[in-house]
Amino acid sequence: MDTLMLSRLQFAVATYFHFLFVPLTLGLSMLIAIMETIYAVRGDEEYKAMARFWGKLFLINFAMGVVTGLTLEFQFGTNWSRYSRYVGDIFGPLLAIEATVTFFLESTFIAVWAFGWNRLSPKAHAVAIWLVALASSMSAIWILIANSWMQNPVGFAMKNGRPVLNDFMAVVTQGYAILTILHTLAGAYIVAGFFVMGISAYHLLRKPQDSFFLRSFRIALIFALVFSVFEVIEGHMHGAGLALKQPAKLASLEAHWNTSANAPVYLLAIPDPENDRNSIEIGRVPGALSLLAFHTPTATVTGLKDIPRDQRPPVAPTFVSFRLMVMLGMLFLLLTATGFFLRNRLASNRLYLKVMIYAIPLPYIACALGWTVTEIGRQPWIVYGLMKTADAVSPVSSSQVAASLAAFTIVYTLLGIAAFSLIARQARKGPEAVPKVQPARQEDGV
Amino acid sequence: MIETIWFVLWGVLWAVYFMLDGFDLGLGTLMPFVAKNEAEKRIVYNSMGPFWDGNEVWLITAGGVTFAAFPGTYAVMFSSLYSPLMFILFALILRGAALEMRGKAASTGGRKLWDMCLVVGSFVPALLFGVAFANIFRGIPIDGEGIYHGSLLGLLNPYGLLGGLLFLSLFLVHGCLWLAAKSEGDLHQRAAKMSGRIWIAALVAAALFLGYSAIETNLYDNYRAMPALFIIPFLAVCTLIVVRVFIGNASWWKAWFASCAAIAAAALFGVAGLYPALFPSSMGKAYTMTIYNSSSSPLALKIMLVVALIFVPIVIIYQAWAYSLFRGKVKEQDSGYEKVY
Repeated sequence: MDTLMLSRLQFAVATYFHFLFVPLTLGLSMLIAIMETIYAVRGDEEYKAMARFWGKLFLINFAMGVVTGLTLEFQFGTNWSRYSRYVGDIFGPLLAIEATVTFFLESTFIAVWAFGWNRLSPKAHAVAIWLVALASSMSAIWILIANSWMQNPVGFAMKNGRPVLNDFMAVVTQGYAILTILHTLAGAYIVAGFFVMGISAYHLLRKPQDSFFLRSFRIALIFALVFSVFEVIEGHMHGAGLALKQPAKLASLEAHWNTSANAPVYLLAIPDPENDRNSIEIGRVPGALSLLAFHTPTATVTGLKDIPRDQRPPVAPTFVSFRLMVMLGMLFLLLTATGFFLRNRLASNRLYLKVMIYAIPLPYIACALGWTVTEIGRQPWIVYGLMKTADAVSPVSSSQVAASLAAFTIVYTLLGIAAFSLIARQARKGPEAVPKVQPARQEDGV
Repeated sequence: MIETIWFVLWGVLWAVYFMLDGFDLGLGTLMPFVAKNEAEKRIVYNSMGPFWDGNEVWLITAGGVTFAAFPGTYAVMFSSLYSPLMFILFALILRGAALEMRGKAASTGGRKLWDMCLVVGSFVPALLFGVAFANIFRGIPIDGEGIYHGSLLGLLNPYGLLGGLLFLSLFLVHGCLWLAAKSEGDLHQRAAKMSGRIWIAALVAAALFLGYSAIETNLYDNYRAMPALFIIPFLAVCTLIVVRVFIGNASWWKAWFASCAAIAAAALFGVAGLYPALFPSSMGKAYTMTIYNSSSSPLALKIMLVVALIFVPIVIIYQAWAYSLFRGKVKEQDSGYEKVY
């Protein structure tokens, strides 16, 4: 394989792995902050135990997110040096601002929180986790603005063959970025909601009246329900945004070949990119694609045939990933809505609890599929319409990249096993024993 | 003008990174030699626990600023130093995982494995950052396309290795001093003793490095053109000597602060000599990446400067507050690492 393909594989390995940890960091920090705030306000020790228990899982996950994030920043330089040089004026500042404004805050206060139980008042301690939660979401926002600029470059002028920043606000406030941010954050919050619900379900199956896990479950349920509803609505707006900005991506995620008004959606289709058609099309819903993309059934939607072959993304992975993601999104809505109706008799519905344990990985998969749609759907461009991925790779030897790719694969596999088995073990173990009656401030000033 | 401001900030960011992460890299390397039993090991881990992550963000920021302010340099520097950077990255990954997971390992075997990850993961960056920067001071064989024409072993030339040993010995002293300030009893005694011994190595390495730089690099050109700059290496040597004085007085915190200053001054010695180059080529002056041929547009630099001027002081304030929050000695009965979580 050549340096380009190896570098693409390496970046894929590194980002997918990184994104196994990021969404939980984003969402679980919020949930812990909510739990600890209830403790700080009411003084109910059980909520403190909740913050500590979920916090323990959070910290393992957080550390993995940090160490795998560092490699991503470095890889822009090591493997995509031509890209880095080309976009440095716009992409670089966004990363630098992310580190300066948010990442310091997140990393400093996570330590204050983890080690500061006996050094801070309950309120100050709750503030620390809120800072972590807000900083990590802010951090995601900056990164997503940078990614959105690759999807939809704005706010620049070409100078000596390079895009040069001329309107920072346009970069930061563009619509594409706002949609991406909402979509990604909501997805991350769903991951965390299902994570807490699934682990709580595991314990509730064993101890049905355990108030610790009943309360945890309900907090996570409301959280996940709100964002599942939000995600479906936002996902639709997202598709409509795509229709305007990236017609090639829209056409390939629907395997839509012929430019047409009244464009249909097929419930089932198998794309056949060799022959510019779908080999099977079942369940035609006429006008549905036009309606979804442009809010009117008669609108014309560009088909892949009208996009030059060398500017089309790979259709099959984009199409399949998109379908699966949407189906999972619907499933999350169904599962959380069911949970909402069962909320006062959760413990007695063993089937639902069992399903929720097995549902833990699903939102993770949905996130990975979403990124597949976003990133493969942007191909062959690395910066949409400006620079092709093939022109972005570093002038390094393929043997170097092959070696580092092998190392990434091995190290990440082992780390993944270590981290997830540790999380699973700690999750099964359950919380520390909670003292029954105790003044809330007993631990201060130790 | 603004390019020069960013050059200074770039140098300061790297210096601050080495000054802060230096102690936990050094202490991580020394852990098995200084801690003799499980309780002592836990104290060593605990003494770094609340700090390493925040320290590492300075590296992320230094990398991010290189990307943002000098994308041309970032591209050439990171791709030409591909293999050594990958070694550093993997080391930092293992180290971070060890720091977080070691305390939760179920078995002694598991803890031993993580201990090894910590040692390797701390030693490799401590050494290789020195090797990499010494080679940068010396010039890297890159052509006009930014393509690297050397080998991995070529970086391990005598000057590069000396740079590595200088960094390593400074970080080891820094780590010993930190532990001496944070611990009590036998552990404290051992760390204190070690700090004095390794200090001799650091002094020798520093003296050799300052001399060898005159032969091997063009760093002193700037110093000859602007003799006031000599204050930087002078301060580096002075603060290193002050470190020894405080070790003699058993004033561990003062010694640690002096060691901070020595590390920062050592890094800035090289940076000041580089200006206006960021990444010199040994294959021809025209190929050198400088602040003129590799910087971002004035608008990008201006926006980032505003952000930096507002946020870096805020970062310094809350990081200093966090350091002071955890300033006391780490005691065995805290057994913090496992219990706090």
